[in-house]
Amino acid sequence: MSENTVATVEIEETEVAENRIREPKPLNQSRLKRLFHRERRINRSAAGNGLLFVLMAICGAFMALPLVMVVNNALKPIDELLQFPPRIFVRNPTFENFSELFYMLSESWVPFSRYILNTIIITGFGTVGHVIFASLAAYPLAKHDFKGKNMLFSMVILSMMFSWQVTQIPNYMIITWLGMNNTYLALILPATAFGMGLYLMKQFMEQIPDSLIESARLAGANEFMIFWVIIMPNVKPAWLTLAIFQFQQMWAQTGHLFLRSEELRPLQYAMQFITLGGVGRAGAAAAVAFMLAAVPITFFLLCQSRILETMTTSGMKD
Amino acid sequence: MNPATTKPDNEFKESFGQYMKKHNASYIMLAPYFTFFTLFTVLPVIASLGLSLTHFNMLEMPQWVGWSNYTRLLLEDDLFLLAFRNTMIFALITGPVSYILCLLFAWIINEFQGKMRAFLTLIFYAPSISGQAFMVWGLILAGDRYGYLNGLLIRMGFMQEAILWMRTEKYVLPVLIVVQLWLSLGTGFLAFIAGLKTVDKSLYEAAAVDGIKNRWQELWFVTLPAMRPQLMFGAIMQITQSFAVADISINLAGNPSVNYAGSTIVTHLLDYGAGERFDMGYAAAIATVLFILMVGTNKLVQRLLKRVGK
Repeated sequence: MSENTVATVEIEETEVAENRIREPKPLNQSRLKRLFHRERRINRSAAGNGLLFVLMAICGAFMALPLVMVVNNALKPIDELLQFPPRIFVRNPTFENFSELFYMLSESWVPFSRYILNTIIITGFGTVGHVIFASLAAYPLAKHDFKGKNMLFSMVILSMMFSWQVTQIPNYMIITWLGMNNTYLALILPATAFGMGLYLMKQFMEQIPDSLIESARLAGANEFMIFWVIIMPNVKPAWLTLAIFQFQQMWAQTGHLFLRSEELRPLQYAMQFITLGGVGRAGAAAAVAFMLAAVPITFFLLCQSRILETMTTSGMKD
Repeated sequence: MNPATTKPDNEFKESFGQYMKKHNASYIMLAPYFTFFTLFTVLPVIASLGLSLTHFNMLEMPQWVGWSNYTRLLLEDDLFLLAFRNTMIFALITGPVSYILCLLFAWIINEFQGKMRAFLTLIFYAPSISGQAFMVWGLILAGDRYGYLNGLLIRMGFMQEAILWMRTEKYVLPVLIVVQLWLSLGTGFLAFIAGLKTVDKSLYEAAAVDGIKNRWQELWFVTLPAMRPQLMFGAIMQITQSFAVADISINLAGNPSVNYAGSTIVTHLLDYGAGERFDMGYAAAIATVLFILMVGTNKLVQRLLKRVGK
């Protein structure tokens, strides 16, 4: 994949260079310079690269610590887990913890598959709904002119600064009043309108040149087509990043406040319930910690690799 | 459909119908988000602001008490003043430092290509994505001589006896600051990474022609101005995170922490709201004060950011 990307860059650069040759501008010197730097990126020294690499290696080791511990704990047999003083690295790796976890989940009153289904519904609709609603609302806020625009936007910004711990109680009352208590909607609908996503999308859409939108309008596109065909592809890194944030948030929801029926509760709830079992369940709890981290990390990697594929298109040039 | 961005050129007054016809696409696009936003965010915030003027124990109806929650909070509550002081120290250090770290690491990672780049992003984002990752610090800072930090320092001969890190007043706040910095490569960091990806590459070529000599100049004169929208986003996220800190304090230092050394505005709020005191009106007043504090800081920071690259 990375090789492809590099190849495209080079093709693009040659094209640009050829265009420049045809242009009658006095760019001779810079063209030479650019050809010379073809292999490396502009303004990069080897010493600087080396220094940055060492710095990243040191900091990276420190930052990776929680991942390393979660993976190692999940593979530790129970005696190593309870060993004192604790060690970071596992000595006799085993998958016992996972089989214990799956045994416990399969023994539960509500079938395991039901928890998975609940999680897929809550996380899926919560994530997709938020990305769509937030992007849709961000486009007019970034690129249209209408009454109340600034007021709506500052409302979103201000709302992010109010402690959610306090708004929880009025929020609970409103959800009960709407009759959504003990339904998936109690988790999904509020999630589609979180403040951060709108702000993130608006900031990225502002960078799209107006000329691009204007030319699409002249070609007869309506606002919804412009949104879908021009805006969204150009802010792909933004909505993929937003999907990562939102997936993480939705995945972490236990729904204990609103979901009282066991059949509606997500995997997060079932798994966290297992960790309450204390020392006897230390093995399963370590496997739970692994699972709880592994799913968002997988999603993260999927999205990140798609972000890397996005090239800054020539359409972005104003 | 008429282009929605063009302002009316001539001075004639539009009727409401004409105005709606011209802007209906904008309002249709806003409708789904703002319907739910109003229901689940605006109304609860307004309700909380109202509650801050009442005494409300969540069992009986709220009783109107006027400004007395606020006067009690600002004039009589010594613990709030302590929490306020802690929060300010905490936010003034972690806010700017972690903002710069986010930017720095995002920018360095952007220097790498392909798989290496994805891998580094994951590693640096790891503390934010691995759930209760800061519990690792519980092991590192364990107060006996088997805690990793104590063990290391004793073996290296820096000290003779184990230190009870989270039970010693003078260490609590600095430790919380370090942990927060370690945790801080989150939302802003990923937004910066995505932002760097959308900077137009022709800007760099043009800058090289114009005489930008090294990567530092490139960063200041090209990259940062090009990603100003992301910088503003990152600033707000940083402000909301550094002022609203509570989780790591409660988990690592306990609530209440030793002599309230780790208490913050939000832990104080939780004491009254979710804690044993059941005084939602007072908790709402605390939230309002914190809100005003953040709004003011945000105004200041946004003004500073306008000067980037100039």
